[in-house]
Amino acid sequence: MNLVLHVWRQASPTVKGGFVRYEAKDISDHASFLEMLDIVNEQLTENGEEPIAFEHDCREGICGSCGLVINGVPHGPQHGAATCQLHMRHYKDGDQIWIEPWRAKAFPVVKDLVVDRGALDRIIQVGGYISARTGAVPDANATLIRKEHAELAMDAASCIGCGACVAACPNASAMLFVAAKVSHLGLLPQGQPERRDRVLNLVAQMDSEGFGSCTNHAECEASCPKQISIDFIARLNRDLFVASLAQTPERMVAGAG
Amino acid sequence: MRRVLSLYRSSVGKKILMAVTGVVFVLFVFAHMFGNLKAFYGPEKFNHYAEFLRDVGAPAFGHGQLLWLFRVVLLFAVVIHALAAFQLWRMSAVARPVPYARGLQPEESTYASRTMRWGGVILLAFVVYHLLHFTTGTAHPDFVPGAAYENLVIGFQSIPVVIAYLVAMGALCLHLYHGVWSGLQTLGVNHQRYNRYRRPLAVLVAGIVFIGFVSVPVAIAAGIIV
Repeated sequence: MNLVLHVWRQASPTVKGGFVRYEAKDISDHASFLEMLDIVNEQLTENGEEPIAFEHDCREGICGSCGLVINGVPHGPQHGAATCQLHMRHYKDGDQIWIEPWRAKAFPVVKDLVVDRGALDRIIQVGGYISARTGAVPDANATLIRKEHAELAMDAASCIGCGACVAACPNASAMLFVAAKVSHLGLLPQGQPERRDRVLNLVAQMDSEGFGSCTNHAECEASCPKQISIDFIARLNRDLFVASLAQTPERMVAGAG
Repeated sequence: MRRVLSLYRSSVGKKILMAVTGVVFVLFVFAHMFGNLKAFYGPEKFNHYAEFLRDVGAPAFGHGQLLWLFRVVLLFAVVIHALAAFQLWRMSAVARPVPYARGLQPEESTYASRTMRWGGVILLAFVVYHLLHFTTGTAHPDFVPGAAYENLVIGFQSIPVVIAYLVAMGALCLHLYHGVWSGLQTLGVNHQRYNRYRRPLAVLVAGIVFIGFVSVPVAIAAGIIV
């Protein structure tokens, strides 16, 4: 099939970007969306032009590297899948496709379709961890976990940190990402020691990174490649409220534990 | 206390404030609707109810005192709700400096959820007009203090006024449809067994409030209440 692409090109974070029209010719139905871009890039390189920069790694939907807003939908029209798992059979000959990077102040464009998602890493750094004792491997099943909690925690832990929730949110809010991280650790016994500090710190960091505020549109849930439920956002809200009212002293730093 | 203050400063804390004040508004709206429906029982019952609102709380409260207390609480709630909404609106407005070329395609959001902010502005403007219309009488053609029923019937003789009220109640209905559900989400009312009742509850609240409020002006315009 032949397609017309309108791709966001931006040489560096500081210069102004814009859409450039490309024609993708003889694309197979079986090509993935990223392979289609690879084919376009081959031609650009042969013509001596700068290829389109886009992020990708595993191309099997588990690393969270890729992510494009395709015709106004993060990760494109196929639900429950990252951009790399989208195939050209979803398109037909002659389609016009608009391709943009994630749009958020907290995700500055590095180049073309590549954005800096360091804001999500910094959110993880302030509390997305547990304190585990070192030493021998503990016995399996030494710590009992309710099945429902284990399953919910796994659902939340399936977040790959791609940032589609932010891209899809009309407010550019990162609530679904933060809610998934808070819930995945907060549901398990290993996550309890830092549970209150974690939710307080993660939300404070989220706000300071310049993300917007959640208005419960549920657009994040629709475009999440792992289909993480916004029920986790309700859980985050409740955890934050409880942590804010609890009068426990701040956790001591540096070894006091 | 420090944590409570930092809760207020956080985006989630402001949302919790909006949800709590929202609960106050929902309770108020139901009480208001209940009072309005007394118009169907004739002038005597309706005016008696209007007088009761001023005398309620007696003998502990003097004439109109408890009513003023409610008004102050509501005004306070309006200020908090609107201020938090404005701050969160600003926060979201700066969070995406470069818009999408052809906008985001709505997938799960609803018309109600996307119109919450402007809907809120419309409701605020309506509340001001409504107070000038039936409380102070400034925007009323023939206002007589104390004659609540007569003011009501004369006020809704005008078709443009009825249409303005219908539009405002439509905005309220949409605001509640998203607001009730969203408020439960923000307050963390989340349980696997009961989550499926949250959306029907929002539909129920929005529907009852719309029908309850619209019935009186429509009945007057149709000549059922005279």
